[in-house]
Amino acid sequence: MSKRTIIPFGPQHPVLPEPVHLDLVIEDEKVVEAIPSIGYIHRGLEKLVEKREYTEMVYVIERVCGICSFGHGWGYCKSVEGNMGIVVPDRAEFLRCIWHELSRIHSHLLWLGLLADGFGFESLFMHSWRIRETILDIFEKTTGGRVIFSVCKVGGVRKDISADGLSEIAGILEGIKSEIMELTNVFLEDYSVKNRLVGVGKLSHSDAIELCTVGPMARASGVVQDIRLDGHGAYGKLNFAPITEEDGDCYARCKVRVREVFQSIDLIKQAIEQIPEGDIAVAVKGNPQGEFVARMEQPRGEAYYYSIGNGSKFLQRMRVRTPTNMNIPAMVKTLQGCDLADVPMLILTIDPCISCTER
Amino acid sequence: MSEEKHLIQNFIAVEASNLLNVVQDMKTEGYRLGQICAAYVNDVYQLLYSFDKEHVLTNLKLVVEDEGNLPSITGIYWPAFIYENEMQDLFGFKFKNLALDYNGKFFKVSAPTPWKGEKK
Repeated sequence: MSKRTIIPFGPQHPVLPEPVHLDLVIEDEKVVEAIPSIGYIHRGLEKLVEKREYTEMVYVIERVCGICSFGHGWGYCKSVEGNMGIVVPDRAEFLRCIWHELSRIHSHLLWLGLLADGFGFESLFMHSWRIRETILDIFEKTTGGRVIFSVCKVGGVRKDISADGLSEIAGILEGIKSEIMELTNVFLEDYSVKNRLVGVGKLSHSDAIELCTVGPMARASGVVQDIRLDGHGAYGKLNFAPITEEDGDCYARCKVRVREVFQSIDLIKQAIEQIPEGDIAVAVKGNPQGEFVARMEQPRGEAYYYSIGNGSKFLQRMRVRTPTNMNIPAMVKTLQGCDLADVPMLILTIDPCISCTER
Repeated sequence: MSEEKHLIQNFIAVEASNLLNVVQDMKTEGYRLGQICAAYVNDVYQLLYSFDKEHVLTNLKLVVEDEGNLPSITGIYWPAFIYENEMQDLFGFKFKNLALDYNGKFFKVSAPTPWKGEKK
């Protein structure tokens, strides 16, 4: 038997934008076991619910993550709205859907850039992030913010988008489609990219189910799972089917996310075509009493928002469970047996968001 | 797709002594573990186990009577080790037969844990 060595990976590592630690048990160049530990950026955001009124807490929840910030705000509002029996106006639901899908495009483009950076394709990284800037410009124009928008509130949204603004968004998205297609060709066809991704970090369909994997990680292993199918928001009125691949390797995970960028563009266009006129928020009276579990399909997968109210303006408990949290077991599983040199690629392809995970 | 599955909230009370049987049945029926969390409500700790099947939620609610002797479901759903270790670290519970037990070292936070002193 070869000698076993433990290599500490992280919390600081060039491929990790955020700190997470793995003890990699190595035999020769193969990983035989990976033991994760987290907590370096635990901020106790859930605990703040005891000091912030439920209407203010949305600002805190948005700051769980800088990438899927809008989705967190929406998920929190959805949970409180469910708790209080609030029916949100249709126009607000469509606007939420548009901003959420824009967030998915920006998150996936960010991830594609990080992946390219991870395997040393710097120009591909820069092009991915250059296109992503266009999406951030749309956020800035429609919400005033590029990272944290603060447009979602309990009962609806704070800002409307005019008909001209919506047409402009549709035009911009149509315009960047060809640029994203160029990126797609490199990510999915380039020999050097495929060499790093194809066959690496395989997660079988049965393992994906057994490990309760979520999001693109699950869909890349052929699991048809997408919380948008539960009909929340405007999604019940839009026509789409979850994007899946069968191979379960790093390449399949990349392919799912690339295809989801185009799917999000399509969903936004459908939403723009169908958005009704009307109010963008309802007046909220009273305080939450009872409990409600809301779920969102964030760019990285399913997220949970569980609120417990006691009739006061402060919630008793707010729980956020983010997708990376649920994908850690699958990451541990796929790391077993991989080459040490593939560890960064493997970790990147679960699209880890540690700030989200630790809250 | 137009079904409003997101509004369905099933909360089912379960006893610690019966938890493993109920969870095993859910696994057999094809439920996926979504999350586990602890909450301090009305002077008691309660655990919420959320499961999904075809995008519909089912939540098991367990009132904690013995914080030092909770049944671990990692023998049925291995990924539960993430949540059970989190609760051990932050709430000070102890799970029996936890498949991957970090013994209080999963969350590397600078403040001392568990935070039992903050019970209201």
